[in-house]
Amino acid sequence: MTALCLVELDGGAPADASLRALTLARSLDGEVGAVVFGDAAPEEALADCGVSDAYVIERSAVEGYAPAAWARVLAGLIADTGATAVLAAGTDRGQEVLAHLGAITGLPMAANCVQIVPDGPGMHRVVRQRWAGLLLEDAILEAPAALVTVAADAVAGVSAALPPGGATRGPASIRVHLHKPELADADLRVRAAESPAAAGGMSLATARVVVGGGRGVGGPGGFAALEELADLLGGVVGVSRVVTSEGWRPHSQQVGQTGTKITPEVYLACGISGAIQHIAGCAGARHLIAINTDSGAPILARADYAVIGDLHQVVPALVAALRARREPDAGAAGSV
Amino acid sequence: MDILVCVKRVPTVGGKIAVTPDGQEVDTRMSGFTISPHEECAVEEAVQITERLGGTVSVLTLGPEAAIDQLRDALALGAGRAVLLETDGREFGPAATAAAIAAEVRSHGYDLVLLGNEASDTGDYQVGIRLAHALGWPVATGIKNLTTSADGAVARREYRGTEESYELPLPAVITVKEGINLPRYPSLPGRLRAKRAPVERSAPAWQPEGLRKQALRVPAVAGHQAVILGRGVDAVPELLRVLGELGVL
Ligand SMILES: Cc1cc2nc3c(=O)[nH]c(=O)nc-3n(C[C@H](O)[C@H](O)[C@H](O)COP(=O)(O)OP(=O)(O)OC[C@H]3O[C@@H](n4cnc5c(N)ncnc54)[C@H](O)[C@@H]3O)c2cc1C
Ligand SMILES: Nc1ncnc2c1ncn2[C@@H]1O[C@H](COP(=O)(O)O)[C@@H](O)[C@H]1O
Repeated sequence: MTALCLVELDGGAPADASLRALTLARSLDGEVGAVVFGDAAPEEALADCGVSDAYVIERSAVEGYAPAAWARVLAGLIADTGATAVLAAGTDRGQEVLAHLGAITGLPMAANCVQIVPDGPGMHRVVRQRWAGLLLEDAILEAPAALVTVAADAVAGVSAALPPGGATRGPASIRVHLHKPELADADLRVRAAESPAAAGGMSLATARVVVGGGRGVGGPGGFAALEELADLLGGVVGVSRVVTSEGWRPHSQQVGQTGTKITPEVYLACGISGAIQHIAGCAGARHLIAINTDSGAPILARADYAVIGDLHQVVPALVAALRARREPDAGAAGSV
Repeated sequence: MDILVCVKRVPTVGGKIAVTPDGQEVDTRMSGFTISPHEECAVEEAVQITERLGGTVSVLTLGPEAAIDQLRDALALGAGRAVLLETDGREFGPAATAAAIAAEVRSHGYDLVLLGNEASDTGDYQVGIRLAHALGWPVATGIKNLTTSADGAVARREYRGTEESYELPLPAVITVKEGINLPRYPSLPGRLRAKRAPVERSAPAWQPEGLRKQALRVPAVAGHQAVILGRGVDAVPELLRVLGELGVL
């Protein structure tokens, strides 16, 4: 086994961020084992990603999320499989579990990698994000097992570098191992009690559409139109740091270096200038559309499309148009 | 409650970030230094906890002598004691940093150590966890809501639309994120007190790390400009067409 990859599940399927980690694991050109905490592994999806073995850690062994225990399981699997790399998504959990693994094993860990290349025994060359992605670092990782988290927003490019389809290695079926780890009480001392978040609903980090609002929204009252637009597009609202530090919206909605990193299909940034600390959080959006009064705003150098105009006019008009598409006879009368 | 807060001196990054010609550091000729927003919130959280429960707030940094500036900033916000783990110019990696902080924690004794979830410059995401393992203490990371009492803490964060809640006995290590509170501005008396406060110093040992930086670089950005769909409400039909093309309608 060359690489183990911690795969987080999202409604039974591999989470998007974990698929990116698998892409990087596969670029190592060897067998990839997926480690799944839960009652079953999504075998087909994993096989499609080139996974040869799935290690399933059942709930009877580790109930729920306990970061040190998850790391202990990975440490055991490194010993069992002889893996020379362990990868995880650059999510809160991925970073945390791999840091525990580093502390338990005494191995170094490289956070937010976008590339990993073997470079002789016990050596890898990695490229990783620093400053929340504003800079890249070329580094050498010297360790019997390379512990690596994969940047949430940067691996689309890496998968493009794989051989087309990578089909030569995609196994028809994967071997599933039910793994019963030995854990000490101390490993289970800290564990998450999970409950639906107060806000409920979709998470900013995983939403398919994000409607962004910045200082240009002008005040707390201006967000109703953005919420409505987000609803119509099946997405959520995200905001800039100006908006949270003014207290217009809660920090949980902040996108950026010190907020959430988003990876939607479409990010519609309204009244946001595009400071690098904000871009650090939305560079992973597949498509960026800006609505801004200033045709010289830095965000236009990042956006795919832009509307030059006042968001207080454009957003309600877009809402009205979307409503009209749904109910052809309801005119624009309802919009403000 | 005796609390230690760990802060790191990093370049202030404004609208642009540039690297020195040798590719080893962020170019700071045009900028100052600061600590990360996560760490500012860690200082604020510690001050709030001791305002409620009593106790002391110590602030620690590992870095060059100039990092005393950052300690004084934290003192001005209400920390009472400052510790400089002075480096000899070499960069300490996360393992060496955690080992040096662990030595200070063992020699002084604290109930709680607060850190940022990640440092702004290296973004290593691990010093707090390595510290906790070195001490044999429980740890929670990325915390945005903390309830502390004399014998324990309940730490919360949100994950994919779910709230995770962790119960930790003290002593414990907790890493926090911006948003856990709104840091106050330093008061004038606070600034004056900070100026005069003594700084305790020691010089921890450097150790090599398995992850070694070769060079830093600014990622290439396709030098493009957005396609302008139009001006004002007249652009809405075009905008709709594009949203449809991108498959989100
Ligand atoms: C360490 C650090 C961390 C940071 N972390 C983050 C972070 O996580 N997230 C983040 O967002 N920022 C972060 N920042 C702050 C960042 O540098 C910017 O200050 C912030 O992103 C600016 O927010 P803004 O775009 O809403 O405001 P501004 O920069 O003021 O831009 C407002 C924009 O709105 C446009 N506008 C105004 N009125 C209208 C209108 N009626 N219609 C349309 N457009 C209009 C203007 O042309 C302008 O482009 C951080 C800064 C630091 C130092
Ligand atoms: N040199 C340092 N001095 C003091 N605290 C540090 C230092 N480096 C890291 N830390 C703390 O550890 C946290 C996580 O850092 P890192 O693991 O490097 O991303 C930071 O937010 C700080 O609170």
